Amino acid sequence: MGLDIRWPIGLMFTLIGALLVINGAVVKSDHAISLGININLIWGIVLLVFGVLMLMGANKGRKNPPSA
Amino acid sequence: MQPIHLAGIDYTILLAYVAFVIGIGWMLSRYMKTSADFLTSARSIPTWVTGLAFISANLGALELVGMAASGAKYGISTAHFYWVGAIPAMIFLAVFMMPFYYGSKARSVPEYLKMRFDERVRALNSVAFAVMTIFASGISMNALAKLLNQLLGWDYNVALWVCSGVVLLYVLKGGLTSAIYTEVLQFFMIVLGFAPVVYLGLKDVGGWHAMNHSLQAVAVDPAALYLKPAGISYAPDAWTSAWTPVLAGPAHNPMGVDWFAMIFGLGFVLSFGYWCTNFLVVQRAMAAKNMTAARNTPLVAAVPKMFFPFLVILPGMIAAALMTMPDKNYRIPPPILSSATYAKAIDAVKSANPADASAAVTAVSSSLGTKVDAERITSLVAANAANKLSDEQIKQGLYNSIAENDYDSVILSLVKKYCPAGLLGLALTALLASFMSGMAGNVTAFNTVFTYDLYQAYFAKGKSDHHYFMAGKVVTVAGIALSILAAYFASMFNNCMDVIQLVFGFVNAPLFATFLLGMFWKRTTATGAFIGLFGGIFSSALFHALTTTPGNLDSAGHVVNIAKGGYLHVVSVFPSEMAQNFWLASFAFTACLGLTLVISLATQSMKTDADLKGLVYSLTPKIVDNNQPWFQRPAIVGIVLLIACVILNVIFW
Repeated sequence: MGLDIRWPIGLMFTLIGALLVINGAVVKSDHAISLGININLIWGIVLLVFGVLMLMGANKGRKNPPSA
Repeated sequence: MQPIHLAGIDYTILLAYVAFVIGIGWMLSRYMKTSADFLTSARSIPTWVTGLAFISANLGALELVGMAASGAKYGISTAHFYWVGAIPAMIFLAVFMMPFYYGSKARSVPEYLKMRFDERVRALNSVAFAVMTIFASGISMNALAKLLNQLLGWDYNVALWVCSGVVLLYVLKGGLTSAIYTEVLQFFMIVLGFAPVVYLGLKDVGGWHAMNHSLQAVAVDPAALYLKPAGISYAPDAWTSAWTPVLAGPAHNPMGVDWFAMIFGLGFVLSFGYWCTNFLVVQRAMAAKNMTAARNTPLVAAVPKMFFPFLVILPGMIAAALMTMPDKNYRIPPPILSSATYAKAIDAVKSANPADASAAVTAVSSSLGTKVDAERITSLVAANAANKLSDEQIKQGLYNSIAENDYDSVILSLVKKYCPAGLLGLALTALLASFMSGMAGNVTAFNTVFTYDLYQAYFAKGKSDHHYFMAGKVVTVAGIALSILAAYFASMFNNCMDVIQLVFGFVNAPLFATFLLGMFWKRTTATGAFIGLFGGIFSSALFHALTTTPGNLDSAGHVVNIAKGGYLHVVSVFPSEMAQNFWLASFAFTACLGLTLVISLATQSMKTDADLKGLVYSLTPKIVDNNQPWFQRPAIVGIVLLIACVILNVIFW
């Protein structure tokens, strides 16, 4: 199929990751629920990195399309 | 469980996911030109994508919810569904069976059966499969709508129709490819959505060792957590060792199974039957772009599958451990009761006489309609008499003293306990995603089987491809409409659903015997396979009618619920439903195998060796893959994975 699934995966997790990072950075209120950890910020960064890696993979795949 | 309130960011994440899946359908729709594009993805998808879709199709929400429930109920032994069940079967599919499925150019599992045997076997299999997928998708959608209703306060009908509508949109646009792509997206959603919850839960109980320590107390006195009736006690490792309690015998492990039923019933018959013959999962591998990719699909899937217990079973174990720690203020949620029921029980507490404890307990128990913890009710009544409690305080006290657990809420109760707004949206979206892709998976398997194996085979032979393309689309819409009907049916007649699932159990139990003989013994005849299958189905129904479990017998020894067996006569009583189920499968498999063997020998085969080329092991040229690097050779990768699986079993022995 002509659509590389890594594009939507990458875009979606970059978007959600960014949302969580911003939320974690701005909303300082209630970390008690997550054991005092700013889990939104940390996990947002994880998602962001994952999303960007997927996008990079998709971009690389676009430049050298697989032969089969 | 009390309702969950979602914040703006949670809804944003949810909407982003929905927008992306619909967007994928839209992007794919321009590639949908033939019926093959729509129904079989025209065999064009890379291995890692089909591999992740392969596990995702199985990892429906009910599995996610059910595994956490079993983790609390049975502990680490639940991992046998992965380490004894799924992994060996997936490797067998890759190494031995995929060459026939993919190599025969069959478009579906029933079509393979037609090539190998005849129309009768195909018709039996395809009708049973089509009906089963509709009910499976209906059951899953009913559970989703109920969940959204109870948890977020959405209207049941709106939730059902909106979620089905989203699935319809993307499946109708992008067909099987859409379903597979969304399954990959869902795979990452689930892993990335639940991992932080597991991490926080494990941290909260004090880490792995502290959790195991707490679970030893659970094993010695499971009644304290309402996991088992009072008086039952296991060895301290019953929740934390995978094999020792099973080897010790059915009375020594919470599942109530013995090692033979575990290995033969679950590990061989049920798992191989599911992973190797169920078109819902096999279809994902059949969509791969070439034979190597098809054979590697289950192997790619096996790697994450092996570690899934840490994501899906561990939360249940964490929940059980948390319950032993009073300062964590956690319990596995009790069954959901209406506020009217609570109001009645609050009145019962207020009017109870603290001097007559047993009457107070009976009154409260009957107004709640559940079993209650007598000690807790007594002290609640006493506390209220000494010092007037508010209705809210009494309600909390009642909530904590209901002596029954709603295990299916384990996973969500942890999500609620640990997730702040944001992460909450991510975890709920992951759950929602798995419900929706469960429906999409069933509907895309249904439309292929219905279009090719029923419509094209019996109703409209020899039409143009465009005709079948359009038929496939119509069947997709019909499949979703029927699923919605099935969901309403499930919401109204819960007991009928139990019976229906039971019947599917009967139909599926013997199926693997037919495939095994068909693929590896060329002498197997169509008549042998057909009668053997019927015989297997009949014998599993008979086995069920003659056996039951202790919980299903009243004090006089009469059967309480016929859906739990023993309604003809009770010949044998199994310690648990799981043991009954494993033995039933073993029995049905053996009956089908024996019958098919005997009848095949007594009947003439209608197929020549040339007909069976590519369909039977001994008549198919072996795939030469010596020139491939080792990591692309299924046999070698399969052995490596098996060794890894054995190591996991030993670590958690």
